[in-house]
Amino acid sequence: MKLGRTYGAGTLHLLSHVAALALAAYAFTRIFAGGQPWNVVLWFVGAVVVHDLIAFPLYTGLNRLALGRGMRAVNHVRVPALLSGLMLLVYHPLILGLGDGRYERATTLSQDVYLGRWLLLCATMFAVSALLYAVRARRRQTS
Amino acid sequence: MLRHPIRDRHIAVKLSTRNPPPGPFRRASWRSPLRGPWLTSVLGAALLSGIPVVFVTGLLSYVAYVPALGRNNLIGDPGLLDFYVFSWPTSPSWLYALTQGTHVTIGIALVPIVLVKLWSAMPKLFEWPPLRSPAHALERASLALLVSSTLFQFATGIFNAQLYYPWKFSFLSAHFYGGWVFIAAFVLHAVLKVPTMRRALRQRRLLDELRRGLDETQPETGDSELIPAAPSAPTISRRGVLGLTGGASLGLFALTAGQSIGGPLREISLLAPHGRDLGNGPNDFQVNKSARSLGITAADTGDDWRLIVAGGTNRIELTRAQLLAMAQRSYELPIACVEGWSTTQTWSGVRLRDLAVLAGVESFDELLVESLQEAGSFRRATLSPGQAGDRRSLLALRVNGADLSPDHGFPARIIVPALPGVHCTKWVNRLEFKRTTA
Repeated sequence: MKLGRTYGAGTLHLLSHVAALALAAYAFTRIFAGGQPWNVVLWFVGAVVVHDLIAFPLYTGLNRLALGRGMRAVNHVRVPALLSGLMLLVYHPLILGLGDGRYERATTLSQDVYLGRWLLLCATMFAVSALLYAVRARRRQTS
Repeated sequence: MLRHPIRDRHIAVKLSTRNPPPGPFRRASWRSPLRGPWLTSVLGAALLSGIPVVFVTGLLSYVAYVPALGRNNLIGDPGLLDFYVFSWPTSPSWLYALTQGTHVTIGIALVPIVLVKLWSAMPKLFEWPPLRSPAHALERASLALLVSSTLFQFATGIFNAQLYYPWKFSFLSAHFYGGWVFIAAFVLHAVLKVPTMRRALRQRRLLDELRRGLDETQPETGDSELIPAAPSAPTISRRGVLGLTGGASLGLFALTAGQSIGGPLREISLLAPHGRDLGNGPNDFQVNKSARSLGITAADTGDDWRLIVAGGTNRIELTRAQLLAMAQRSYELPIACVEGWSTTQTWSGVRLRDLAVLAGVESFDELLVESLQEAGSFRRATLSPGQAGDRRSLLALRVNGADLSPDHGFPARIIVPALPGVHCTKWVNRLEFKRTTA
């Protein structure tokens, strides 16, 4: 099949890709029509850059650092750290008080509580992890 | 000298394949013994069931705004992307609370699964040579679009739920059309990868894998590029990764769902933007936009306030006392916000259809509701005859036996079953029953 040799895959592959990319391009024209096209592009491209080239190397690097130090029972540190980081990732606008007070003006509620709640959640998770570690270490000693 | 084009290309490809640049392009740099098609497929299967729910409930939110009426459509001309729009019903009254609560809560709960899925498939993003053929180029372009639109949709949606807008574009339009960019890339990826996924899932049984501890954790076998060439020793079991991912997902669900489901979950929804306890008074429930934030003053809503009802044979103006003297109806109805929270309260006031009769309206195609608020996208909303004509649809004056508070829309607000919260207009000062057909 001639198409297959120059293109590198089957006809269905070509058709489905063109169909999907064309639909996506159409949706992009509708977003751009809403204004600020370069800001939209910045956010689409920026999201990948931030994830692939900053966040991913950062968290794998931290992980290697922890493993390289020969940290014993590394998961007792990694698990609460990951969960705390995840909560911060999802709810950082509230936790860090971002948004120029829009939340407080709109809801009449203070935004300050979220930092405290997140810190207490972190404290709880690290404390539970420490407790489990202590129990396990103790069990190892006695056995 | 003439060169042989084919032989030259052949040599070029061979050299570059043999010598990828250092770093992530070299297969040996990927060391995790857990990466492999089976793990990626388990996570993919989870997303394959979760993502469609989030996408469809997202579209339903667009439908619930009844974009065809008046100026309800705030996202510009949807072109061909509104083919599924139907007349949004008023029953069951909790319909929008359910669909939008699902959209936001499940969306947030999917975050850890998305992140671990990206982690598991990361070597694919650093393939070498980067472009092998036109087919390969298209595949990589669509993958890049999938990653980028996934991150874009999750970020914009989650920020909106926290009233945080660090961008310059319109959230409504970008998140709606961004959803279409995303679903195009997602469906393509699913169609291409489902056969691979099914093959990979047959390699191991999930239950067997969940019984294996760290000592029994071995790298996957096969010729997939995801399997590391030189794996390091495992530091966590495969069940550990799956448990952590699922646990994180459940944790985010628990920390968020209370603002939508209510009940005892509300007590633990510690990070939910709208899950907080405001007290025990009749007006002590979530405020979406306070009176102050929209510049509504006591003078605007004092004794001089009048409700104008237009569009009938007689244009009428009513004071709040006159409205209170009309037949009062009381219904327990949820108010559900596009940001994913909801709360059920007992509202009382005058039926919208009673006001239509009073103004001499015989029939109408839409009801335009206007607020005295001067700014904001939602200072007006248009209701369908089905929505305005429901017996439970009220111009509410009181809630839980007390006058509405200024933040909840005093002197009068709209309450319509299953209507998105932002269309339950507050501080109403004008109703116009319109005919758009002859």
